[in-house]
Amino acid sequence: MRMSFKRWHKEKMIESTLFAVATATVLILILIFLFLFRDGLGLFDTYSFSTFITGQAWHPTSYNPQYGLVPLFLGSLLVTFGAICISVPLGITSAIYISEIADPRVSEVLKPFVEILAGIPSVVYGFFGLVVLAPYIQLWLDLPTGQVALTGSIMLSIMALPTIISIAEDAISSIPSSLKEGSLAMGATRWQTIYKVVLPASLSGISAAVILGIGRAIGETMTVMMVTGNAAVIPGMPEGIIESVRTMTATIALEMGEVSMGSEHYHALFAVGSVLFLTTFILNLIADRIKNRYKFKLEGS
Amino acid sequence: MSLSSRTNEKLAFTFIGLSMLTVVASVLIILYFIISNGYTALSWEFLTSMPRSRMTEGGIFPAIVGTVLLIVFSMLASLPMGVLAAIYLNEYSKPGRFKWAIEMAINNLAGTPSVVFGLFGLALFVRYFGFGSSVIAASLTLGILVLPVIVRASQEALLSVPMEYRHASLALGVSRWETVRKIVLPTALPGIVTGSILSIGRVAGETAPILFTGAAYFIPQLPSSIFDRFMALPYHLYVLATDGVDIEGTRHIQYGTALVLLLVVLGVNTIAILIRRHYRRKLRLG
Amino acid sequence: MVNGLFQGRDIGIKVSDLNLWYSTNHALKQISIDVPKNQVTSLIGPSGCGKSTFIRCLNRMNDLIRSCRVEGDVVVDGTNIYDPDIDVVELRKKVGMVFQKPNPFPMSIAENITYGPKIHGIKNKNELNRIVEESLKSSALWDEVSDRLDKSALDLSGGQQQRLCIARTLAVNPEIILFDEPCSALDPISTAKIEELIMNLKKDYTIVIVTHNMQQAARISDYTAYFLHGKIMEYGDTEQIFENPRVKSTEDYITGRFG
Ligand SMILES: Nc1ncnc2c1ncn2[C@@H]1O[C@H](COP(=O)(O)OP(=O)(O)OP(=O)(O)O)[C@@H](O)[C@H]1O
Ligand SMILES: [Mg+2]
Repeated sequence: MRMSFKRWHKEKMIESTLFAVATATVLILILIFLFLFRDGLGLFDTYSFSTFITGQAWHPTSYNPQYGLVPLFLGSLLVTFGAICISVPLGITSAIYISEIADPRVSEVLKPFVEILAGIPSVVYGFFGLVVLAPYIQLWLDLPTGQVALTGSIMLSIMALPTIISIAEDAISSIPSSLKEGSLAMGATRWQTIYKVVLPASLSGISAAVILGIGRAIGETMTVMMVTGNAAVIPGMPEGIIESVRTMTATIALEMGEVSMGSEHYHALFAVGSVLFLTTFILNLIADRIKNRYKFKLEGS
Repeated sequence: MSLSSRTNEKLAFTFIGLSMLTVVASVLIILYFIISNGYTALSWEFLTSMPRSRMTEGGIFPAIVGTVLLIVFSMLASLPMGVLAAIYLNEYSKPGRFKWAIEMAINNLAGTPSVVFGLFGLALFVRYFGFGSSVIAASLTLGILVLPVIVRASQEALLSVPMEYRHASLALGVSRWETVRKIVLPTALPGIVTGSILSIGRVAGETAPILFTGAAYFIPQLPSSIFDRFMALPYHLYVLATDGVDIEGTRHIQYGTALVLLLVVLGVNTIAILIRRHYRRKLRLG
Repeated sequence: MVNGLFQGRDIGIKVSDLNLWYSTNHALKQISIDVPKNQVTSLIGPSGCGKSTFIRCLNRMNDLIRSCRVEGDVVVDGTNIYDPDIDVVELRKKVGMVFQKPNPFPMSIAENITYGPKIHGIKNKNELNRIVEESLKSSALWDEVSDRLDKSALDLSGGQQQRLCIARTLAVNPEIILFDEPCSALDPISTAKIEELIMNLKKDYTIVIVTHNMQQAARISDYTAYFLHGKIMEYGDTEQIFENPRVKSTEDYITGRFG
């Protein structure tokens, strides 16, 4: 029964290999940090950091270029905000419908439907927004162009729906049925039970869904690039919603193809990318925190 | 129960039902537009011929080839890595800081915008490793993008393998690795396959990560090595719709390309969902 | 321990001063017991007294539980299985285990049986076929399944599945077989079959069985140990334990006055 060295060796080798591969995933994240920030920070060798952060204009011209983040950041914010205003109510009510109201057979159809929705490529959404929705928006609102923030928000809201629906649905269905039965047994209607018991209990899961939905919308590139007109100006409030805007993602995607490698403009785009990455990184961490807390809470009870 | 609480419930449920309907309808509308406008462009010739007359005529063959190449190479890179990482997480690692770090990294990779992966691919694969804009640089970038999808699907599949199987195998004097290889992995295989197929759909549809890592506006011949640039379906659609020679005049090609892309992605996703459903049923019966 | 209990029988497993903790829960306290070779030894006692915990110590299945810590000696074939250089894989080949709930692999009947031998290096087809037949015969399952060896094991009845699990264990050719309440999920007829099987197996194997069923212990075992709160209260010849228990709590438990 003594340990055979050969087998011990083999098992250890395998475990070490698996360990190394798993470690590589962390390494990739670190590498993304490093490479993004290395090229992003390169901007500040020649350009002032505070002008980048507070600059009101994005004019990447060769003579006297201006790399002001503000219009792009506000552009992203505006489009995302619009999208969230539409998709949060739609997404959460749909999640309630799927997990609490619909006949189980209907849910069985709706769930894969939501998954398929998640699978549609963003360039297809963008194409639809460009050739179908934008002309309608132009017509309805009598605008000079339909490629405005609102069009982007509408398309993004549809794209953020699967994230919000599936995570919120998870949170809602993980509420123990004893909790619901308790409420129903006291004579509450199903709606009162949903409203007073289920929703409060799944609140943290739903918040995580919303945050991840925001992350999804803020990081979306192709769709917004194709439908928002890409004018790099600080959007007005509230009329900015029906004007052309340009997001951080669209700026990177539009301009990276034309810069010369290693130029100031190249570094500026990486700096924008770093801001974008940090934003989603923080959103992910918050969502993670919230989710873990609610898991803990449910397990604890 | 008072009358008003009944009415309230009716109102609320109607509203919720309407909102679900809105979601379903908006997807159906999108699908309707793409399909009804796209199917006239579809033909065998469209799928198998090169673009002609500065992409105002002809087919999308090189874009299809490029997308297939991306799928093959990104899967070669990320499938083994994702599955092995999932095995480590589920079968070997102990709860603690390290496991937390890996799971945090995977969650963050899953939430990182695709254009950021594009930048990363440009900085690391195209420039630092010197692959240039190429099939390999784009494939590796996409491989990293779908890594979290594969890890999570594999983890879920491994988790669904009953603990009793592992115990039974270990009690027969079978080592941990042999137990994983002979019992756990085969049982988890359908779930792992589902996850990988879903990630194929992702690879086929993503545009932003390949913008600066290898996708070409137009090249007259197919890539002959993994260091060549390539055309791809999603990028082709983007180019024709926003940057083509005759944007209005090539709408039918655009719709056709969008439909092909949609069919590839949805086809792949539907297969994945069907496989999963099939095996879930089977497991329940077993 | 009672001297001369085994009347010169060989000792299969010698446990001395075994203590076990789940985190801070002291689940086994100072266990010392000699398990005789080629006999059936049963472990009885109220729920939560540590029977399963103890039997899992004998092939180190407790290694899988992270919070678990073991002290003391368990000697099999002259080696302490808790020595640091012991290979648990080799140990478990020698000390097989059958679980409470039948747990066949989702494979064919034949594959379930050849699973162990194949991994342990037997490649010859004829040899494997022989092992399948022999193990199924020893577990009294051959007549029922010989015509459908390539059918899924999951389609068997619960009792058949449990006998298949026994056959699977026999196929690895162990010296000792541990049973943790092997009949608790089975109907009386299947239970009777398994009891008969266990009594036949003791010719070739040393058997330890946990059971909640007093009659079962009395029917099939040669020796019985009574556990309470993680300690062995009484251990001896089965007949003596059931007819003339020396300890009050044993008597209470056996006559059903307990708890
Ligand atoms: N995996 C575990 N982790 C922590 N504590 C455990 C674990 N398994 C058992 N215990 C604890 O150890 C003690 C003994 O449990 P054990 O399962 O050995 O009892 P048992 O005699 O087999 O009971 P039963 O007749 O119900 O099967 C109990 O207090 C139990 O709570
Ligand atoms: Mg037990």
